[in-house]
Amino acid sequence: MHELSIAIAVVEAVDELARRHDADAVDEVRLRVGELAGVEPDALDFAFEVAREGTLLSTARFTVERVAAVVRCAPCAVEFHPGTPPNLLCPQCDGGSVEVLAGRELELAGVGFPAPDHHDEEVTADVPGR
Amino acid sequence: MCQVVDVRQAVLARNDGLAETLRTELRARGTTMVNLLSSPGSGKTALLEVVLARATAEAVPAAAVTADLATENDAARLSRSGAPVKQVHTGGLCHLEAAQLRGHLEGWLPDDTRVLFIENVGNLVCPASYDLGETLRVALMSVTEGEDKPLKYPSAFGLANLVVLTKADLAEAVGFDEPAFLAAVRQVNPGVDVLRTSARTGLGVAALWERVLEVCDGGPVHRPPLAGHRDRAHSHPHTESADRHGVDAH
Repeated sequence: MHELSIAIAVVEAVDELARRHDADAVDEVRLRVGELAGVEPDALDFAFEVAREGTLLSTARFTVERVAAVVRCAPCAVEFHPGTPPNLLCPQCDGGSVEVLAGRELELAGVGFPAPDHHDEEVTADVPGR
Repeated sequence: MCQVVDVRQAVLARNDGLAETLRTELRARGTTMVNLLSSPGSGKTALLEVVLARATAEAVPAAAVTADLATENDAARLSRSGAPVKQVHTGGLCHLEAAQLRGHLEGWLPDDTRVLFIENVGNLVCPASYDLGETLRVALMSVTEGEDKPLKYPSAFGLANLVVLTKADLAEAVGFDEPAFLAAVRQVNPGVDVLRTSARTGLGVAALWERVLEVCDGGPVHRPPLAGHRDRAHSHPHTESADRHGVDAH
């Protein structure tokens, strides 16, 4: 069950982010999971419960946004949904010159920290590369 | 009151970054990594035994890392080829990760290694999600497993640069429907090459070895549509950094 490794990766990434933002707790973790990512959101939900024990995320709300798959056939300029199991062949020409536009996402979309009223500015200033 | 930091960071960014580092390090020393993925019992080890023996016979420096949850069995088998072989125990983990692999290679992998084979943990689900730094990812399947496996495990077959059918000598005995298998592969990975092999008869072994050497020499590697998007996501500025694009309080 690689969902556990993925949940651990989420916890580690969020923990690092929290430290960078000087936050001592995490309220919310938002994830985006594409339907072609090979990750089962229910299993991820379960794994997250295990992975977050004893961390800053122990009481965080965990939400997963499913991203539908979109495939584009370059020669036909047709966009289609590949279905389940995925069929990446173009429904119009049966060709394989396709590009997956969406559906491979496995990303941390947002993290919510408890915010004291005076904290907004600090968080904004704290982020490197801005 | 809570403030949400907009992140847009790939969950496996750390693994993928380390994999890229490893790929660069290996390239710099002239080593090409081949990652073999399949279910348990598909014949990865048997095929690798024959391929490593061929490498030894042709004096091409090859090495192998074989990963399992337990036993040294595969390393003992592969070592008979004369190639350096390392058995890795994943500690219960169902796949290898780049950091773990890199640690095992340090101080062990001979400098002159031209091809490094990774025999991943037998599993068609988890290893598919982890880039190890390989240049060639091979998904293997035996004729005894059923021709619809590529549809059942689309990530494993869909992200492969090459698909290898094993135990082809048994195809007739088990009534393997090869056209259905090829159609299933094409559906999840259009344009990928499929090699029929048999470790027992030697069928396809030369073709597989030639393909590996071509890749070592910088030959073209099939890019699956599924992987293409992933690569593009990596170069996306939003996923490169762990940083935010806006803070909204709510």
